[in-house]
Amino acid sequence: MATRITVNQRVQEIDAPADTPLLYVLSNELALQGPRFGCGLAQCGSCSVLVDGVETRSCVTPLSKVAGKSITTLEGLPAWYAEQRKLPSAPALHPLQQAVIDEQAMHCGYCYNGLIVKGAELLSKNPQPTDNQIRTAMNGHLCRCGTYPRMLKAIQRASRTMAGGGR
Amino acid sequence: MTTTATAFPRRDFLKAGGALLIGFTAAPRARAQQQADVLPGDPGQGPAQPDPDRLDTWIAIHADNTATIFIGHVDLGQGIATSLLQIAAEELDFDMSQVKTVRLETGKGPNTGNTGASSGVNRGGPRIRLAAAEARQALLRMASARLGAPVEKLTVAHGVVSVAGNSAQQVTYGQLIGDHRFEVPYTGKAPIKDYRTHKIVGTSVPRIDIPDKARGAYVYMQHVRMPGMLHGRVVRPRGQGSYADGARVMNVDAASIRDIPGARVIRRGDFVGVVALKEWDAVRGARQLRVTWDLPAALPATPAELFEKMRAAKSIDRLVLDRGDVSAAFARAAHVASGRFDSPYQAHAPFAPSCAIADVKADSAVVMCSSQGVYGARAPIAAVLKMPQEKVTVQYYQGAGSFGHACFNDAAQAAAVMSQETGVPVRVQFMRWDEHGWDFYQPAHSADVKIAIDANGKLLAYEYHGWHHTWSQTETTAQLAAGHPATEGDGLRAQALTPFNTGDMYAIPNWRIVNHRVPGLKGYLKGGNLRSPLDVAISFGAEQVMDDLAHIANMDPYQFRRQNIGDDRWLAVLDAVAKAANWTPRKAAANLSSAKVVTGRGIGLGTHLSSYGAAVAEIEVDKQTGVIVAKRMYGALEAGQAINPGIIESQITGMMVQAASRVLKEEVKFSATNVTSVDWVSYPMLRFAESPEVTAIVVKRQDQRSTGAGEEALASGAAAIANAFFDATGVRLREHPMTPARVLAALKNA
Repeated sequence: MATRITVNQRVQEIDAPADTPLLYVLSNELALQGPRFGCGLAQCGSCSVLVDGVETRSCVTPLSKVAGKSITTLEGLPAWYAEQRKLPSAPALHPLQQAVIDEQAMHCGYCYNGLIVKGAELLSKNPQPTDNQIRTAMNGHLCRCGTYPRMLKAIQRASRTMAGGGR
Repeated sequence: MTTTATAFPRRDFLKAGGALLIGFTAAPRARAQQQADVLPGDPGQGPAQPDPDRLDTWIAIHADNTATIFIGHVDLGQGIATSLLQIAAEELDFDMSQVKTVRLETGKGPNTGNTGASSGVNRGGPRIRLAAAEARQALLRMASARLGAPVEKLTVAHGVVSVAGNSAQQVTYGQLIGDHRFEVPYTGKAPIKDYRTHKIVGTSVPRIDIPDKARGAYVYMQHVRMPGMLHGRVVRPRGQGSYADGARVMNVDAASIRDIPGARVIRRGDFVGVVALKEWDAVRGARQLRVTWDLPAALPATPAELFEKMRAAKSIDRLVLDRGDVSAAFARAAHVASGRFDSPYQAHAPFAPSCAIADVKADSAVVMCSSQGVYGARAPIAAVLKMPQEKVTVQYYQGAGSFGHACFNDAAQAAAVMSQETGVPVRVQFMRWDEHGWDFYQPAHSADVKIAIDANGKLLAYEYHGWHHTWSQTETTAQLAAGHPATEGDGLRAQALTPFNTGDMYAIPNWRIVNHRVPGLKGYLKGGNLRSPLDVAISFGAEQVMDDLAHIANMDPYQFRRQNIGDDRWLAVLDAVAKAANWTPRKAAANLSSAKVVTGRGIGLGTHLSSYGAAVAEIEVDKQTGVIVAKRMYGALEAGQAINPGIIESQITGMMVQAASRVLKEEVKFSATNVTSVDWVSYPMLRFAESPEVTAIVVKRQDQRSTGAGEEALASGAAAIANAFFDATGVRLREHPMTPARVLAALKNA
């Protein structure tokens, strides 16, 4: 039986067993590259997506649990941001994606799916986070290359961009 | 004479049970300049590879006036593709927008060996620079003929050749050769540019891969799919046992996954896997399959037993260096400090478990993987497949940062075996427990360090004994599926102590280094090169003893090091980091406090095979919980000519965070039968909330050759944290990770 989910603002009928983790649906059925396997145990944050705006580990979330819900992946963040901010059209990049580029934050970048998704969630709830609020919010996301200091700067930069009315 | 509490063991290496080999005793200047010497082409070994002595192997110029640079090293996420293209653009007089590179694959790209030991820019850079210079020379000869002007009158900008004084006379590189081959030899003799004229080299060009990675468009190995492929997973014990023993299958109960109709068991020898059309079926099939393993209880049951076993082993002892008269110098010293230091096995644990796709046909195979060396991976894959290696093509796709010999080749072989068994392409991705549990770990290291000063605080003698096994070579798939025996590396170079990472920071008149190589096949874990191999352990020990001597001499630890350095390049990084940290002189542990949370600062030096690293750490220690937090770190690195200072700064930042992680958190845990740390809970690493603020300092020497910037500041960061702990508490920790349990025990015993 197909499960209906909305992914990056498009309705999708997914024909997969209900216990299939959402990650495998997004990676294989929908060929999305944002969410990716890191541990399969909800320990690292590599697979994070937004489910109705809430950061969720797709590797341990069965498809049945997100039926009828709206899922946003890294690829869908610009449109999600536009919707949140009531912009007439989606920017090319979410301000945090742009800030990550401007700060040259990443090394291998594999964890940046989770870091950016979680950071975007934080900024949507708290557009002016303090250092400690950033550190606390991001603490469930690991970066093996050790780029936390630059990601922190990227979130601060994105926060400034958003405060300036920037897209 | 003063000594610290820990007695130096009386074991005399000359009388020890193992064989003594005399190593090189030449002056320890086997450093940057020498070790990075590169011949043009520097042909790699093996069949079916492009001729390194032909220019077309390295560079192609296209009709649209752009160039493709064929890079033999792989970008692991450290940014070397950007840096190497900068070198090519600089030498060719192209803009960055006019140069690109292509995916490395065997048979097409040059064989420049594995990407490791910071070789990407260190060894890859000169090859590309010389090739680009030679291409420019050839193009100028063509332009001279085309424009009827002597080469000396020609200038180039953006790939457009002009005649000086007559800007109307122009021709582009693309017009000169566009998509045709040079068909000339690569001599490596073309003159290169004076560094003072560089416009692109030495600037912080943004990395070429980051925009795609930020928006989710970058294709990692884990994203690749092939039509008609199956998903595969390996089935192994949760955590490896003794390396030579592998894992023996007693029984496979195929019926245990009968309720997953899409899943099929693959078995070859002791290699077990599950394949399925749907990835989830492969994942749960592999998890559910009941396999009975024979895992002998061949490992030491505890870390303490491990270190005693290593020290008692019949080691192969090599006198790496014996300068002056060490024994006599210790006898006349004013002060001696010493200590034993133990460093654990540590894991690469790439953030993405290793992944590969293999398409094995009757007489050929294509394998896509994240190997740090496609040519190095090819022969072992071919051996497992029982196929001539020229029939095997290996392609590189970036995965997550691997930091050395992780499981990438193991996964590639596993995919190859499963594809050969099924006759269709198979994509294998390791599960987290496979990657954590079947890694080639940084070998554990135990050290005896003893250093002496005279009455003026000048170094007199230095003696370092290190025990460790070397790097394992056989991939687990080859062991299990093909019965290939466990083998070890030669135990030399980066697998051993060297004068450069063991004392070179200082002017030491009497200096002895002994490498005790422990045979590592039986009863040890698989060993491999982890970013800055051995160096974290060496600096953790030696730099703490150096700090002890500063304390004994009543000196500030920075000033003490300063007066004992005999080399400008070491002095420059030490001064740079002290300046950045606003270091004010005082004796360590002079401000001890009875507060619950105390602070400390420490300084340290370290390196790998080349380049110069220094760090300062400012930490907090909670004396009730035992938790150490590195609040702020400063890292300085001099790696010769800085091709892209921004990328080096970024590398230093990552190294400081990893240093904190490795010295505070990381330890492979095991029982007598197998490794038990198989995920991020049982193998904790530093998290976001506890990561230090980092100041990164690139000390530039643009007149020198580039010596590698991927790992060499890591060890200094670890040493700085260890010394900061002493400054905060007045107590030394001689084992890492510096966990709360160890901190509390040390404070209690103080």
